Amino acid sequence: MANVIKITKGLNINLKGKAAAQVSAAPTSKVYGLVPDSFWGMKPKVVVKEGDEVKAGDALFVNKLHPEEKFVSPVAGKVTLIERGDRRKVLSVQVEAAPQQAYVDFGKKDVKSLSGEQVKAALLESGLFGFFIQRPYAIVANPDDTPKGIFVSAIADMPLAADLDVVLKGNEPEFQTGISALSKIAKVYLGMKPDSALASTKDAEVTVFSGKCPTGNVGVQINHVCPINKGEVVWTIGAEEVIFIGRLFNKGIVDLTRTIAVAGSEIKEPQYKQVLVGARIRDIIDGNMNTDKKVRLIDGNPLTGMKTTEKAFLLAHSTEVTAIPEGDEADELFGWIAPRFNNFSVSRSYFSWLQPKNKEYVLDARVKGGHRHMIFSGEYDSVFPMDIYPEQLVKAIIAGDIDRMEALGIYEVAPEDFAVAEFVDSSKVELQRIVREGLDMLRKENE
Amino acid sequence: MGLKKILDNLKPTFSEGGKFSAFGSLFDAAETFFFVPNETAKARGAQIHDAIDSKRSIFFVVIALIPALLFGMYNIGLQHELATTGACATDACPCSAIWSNFLYGLAVMLPKIVVSYAVGLGIEIVVAQWKKEEVHEGFFVTGILIPLVVPVNCPLWILAIATAFAVIFAKEVFGGTGMNIFNPALVTRAFLFFAYPSMMSGDKVWVNGNYMDSINGAPAVDAVSAATPLGQLAAGEAVTASPLETIIGTIPGSIGETSVIAILIGAVILIWANIASWKIILSTFAGGAVMAYFLQYPDAQNFEWWEQLTVGGFCFGAVFMATDPVTGPRTESGKWIYGFLIGAVAIIIRVLNPGFPEGMMLAILLMNVFAPLIDYLFVQTNINKRAKRAIK
Repeated sequence: MANVIKITKGLNINLKGKAAAQVSAAPTSKVYGLVPDSFWGMKPKVVVKEGDEVKAGDALFVNKLHPEEKFVSPVAGKVTLIERGDRRKVLSVQVEAAPQQAYVDFGKKDVKSLSGEQVKAALLESGLFGFFIQRPYAIVANPDDTPKGIFVSAIADMPLAADLDVVLKGNEPEFQTGISALSKIAKVYLGMKPDSALASTKDAEVTVFSGKCPTGNVGVQINHVCPINKGEVVWTIGAEEVIFIGRLFNKGIVDLTRTIAVAGSEIKEPQYKQVLVGARIRDIIDGNMNTDKKVRLIDGNPLTGMKTTEKAFLLAHSTEVTAIPEGDEADELFGWIAPRFNNFSVSRSYFSWLQPKNKEYVLDARVKGGHRHMIFSGEYDSVFPMDIYPEQLVKAIIAGDIDRMEALGIYEVAPEDFAVAEFVDSSKVELQRIVREGLDMLRKENE
Repeated sequence: MGLKKILDNLKPTFSEGGKFSAFGSLFDAAETFFFVPNETAKARGAQIHDAIDSKRSIFFVVIALIPALLFGMYNIGLQHELATTGACATDACPCSAIWSNFLYGLAVMLPKIVVSYAVGLGIEIVVAQWKKEEVHEGFFVTGILIPLVVPVNCPLWILAIATAFAVIFAKEVFGGTGMNIFNPALVTRAFLFFAYPSMMSGDKVWVNGNYMDSINGAPAVDAVSAATPLGQLAAGEAVTASPLETIIGTIPGSIGETSVIAILIGAVILIWANIASWKIILSTFAGGAVMAYFLQYPDAQNFEWWEQLTVGGFCFGAVFMATDPVTGPRTESGKWIYGFLIGAVAIIIRVLNPGFPEGMMLAILLMNVFAPLIDYLFVQTNINKRAKRAIK
């Protein structure tokens, strides 16, 4: 019987436009783009030239800091553009898809007979290693490290997040192979919902979590199962990305096809789409979006995702694309006192506590208040289910006090762990940005 | 929307480089008073936000203060009537008397509120303009608290000086709303208490007896004597007010503090809206009760230990002052200790210190100082636990 951990803190935000469990393939994009910024903490060195022909699985760029770490093309075709921004920063490497898909053959392998080093080498070569995120710092993992564990969360509880039951359906053998492969590198910890279909997964220590968002955050699970200490490194990887690893060993190819949710109140028919990493957002949306008002497109879910455009490419880690109203023309009168029945709030000064529990809200992208110093206490605590003092940690980061950040446990967190706290904050502090800056500051200091 | 258009048209005039850019903060305050800002989330970070903001939270505190404010106004009139006409039991008075008492109190109270807001907000707007920031709404609570915690006879010019002192030296020098160490309303009261002691305590300050009387034609009275229960206790006299009177609040005292019932209505609003910490309120009462039980007035007659919690500023302090999130502890466990000590220290000062009949103000200010220390204990425990884990 798996360990069961109940988490009491947190908040579920019930948004309108959840994806219906209906999967279809998105139309093929003409051009795919791999965005180096998807892999935070990596310095790209482009290894292709414009005009080169590549197969799916050929490296487009490598990590300057660890050249053995490759990042590969999701499709076969011709490199058409290496898009650069200020100071020649690589924004994306774009590949025009060939009509016939060809894959680099990495060779089928029996995971059972491989050693940890062999698995690691295979992942580095095939570009899948880049999907590991390490803690501390919440950046692309360093292949020279020996992690004390690899953590996978099979719970997606962010608002509008893709349901893993839908995503994993039909990919169970690949998922198991992927987990088995990871277990060769380090002990694998798998967090899942009660009564999950994955309960019989082998080669992993399974822990069942029940609780509100952000229980599904892998950082929360690590903090409860086996907290990170100073000097230790753990790796995390998304459950859907474990499938990529399974495919690599079972089929011998890199197939970055994933099932993502296309959801949100401004999507006409919220549903699941099978897409390739790097597909154009426009092709994923495929006209399935309201156009009668200004819409904010988000690569990811509305709490941790990033604003995107139809022209942009799907980021590597994204498990959903969501669309909510922009709301910048709302001109709402007397917000400080009007009842505002359609607004969602944890505060009982609004009336969402009177509404039925299953009421779905349409929330727009407004910040809905002025930026202030932290005034009210306990707001972050109530939605931050880790044995860490979030407010004190954030203040240490703002003060730039590196010793105190470490003492308060910054190496255990990633920006996403502060997403719900950022949502409820009445002082509208940009917590995820601050935590990101703190992590980068600490990394620079310790390098 | 007409109003929006007017504001949008005016905006350039008040923005950087505009004709009235010196009033930019004031304009901004007016604009956000009418409209929720249309600012949307940045490209990275949470794309959606809770509808709650500091403006709404803070105005809910003001709403919670309204029962105490209204009762305070009525009580001003009642105390004045009692002092001038001799006796008038509340229940014997016809409705019209309640109404006229209230109007009398309203007329006395309004100038105080106007002075407090004008001075405080004036300073806040100037500072905000100077720092090129938005005007923060914190003073909306402070500005209503200040008139409520002073005796009715406190002259307006003294009130103005005290408010200016508190806003500048207790708040703005620390960085404004959210950064202050001491509760500004209590600093106002402390300033008055030590700078103008004759205006703040004794028997002569609790009944309005000055300018108003000549205005509305009531018989002029000068410096009417009326003792608060705490004043009587400190002097070793018997308390004249019955427990029922102290709970309803028809007794002399600072304007907002007398009615336990009105304050508890406010407490329910604050706790329900999740704005004040119920932990602090509960533990303040617990600390006060424990200390009052073990430390009773040596020669008090007809005064039960629990009545301590109903007289003076105990309730008002516990509900509206101790719960100030900025000057209190930020850790949830710390709130229990903080509240308990406020209650206990307040009673100790009342009973043991002959100089101060009332201890609530000093107890809260003292614990404001210790709040970071209480937090330190809990945060440091967490830090030590983490450090120990790493060594293992």
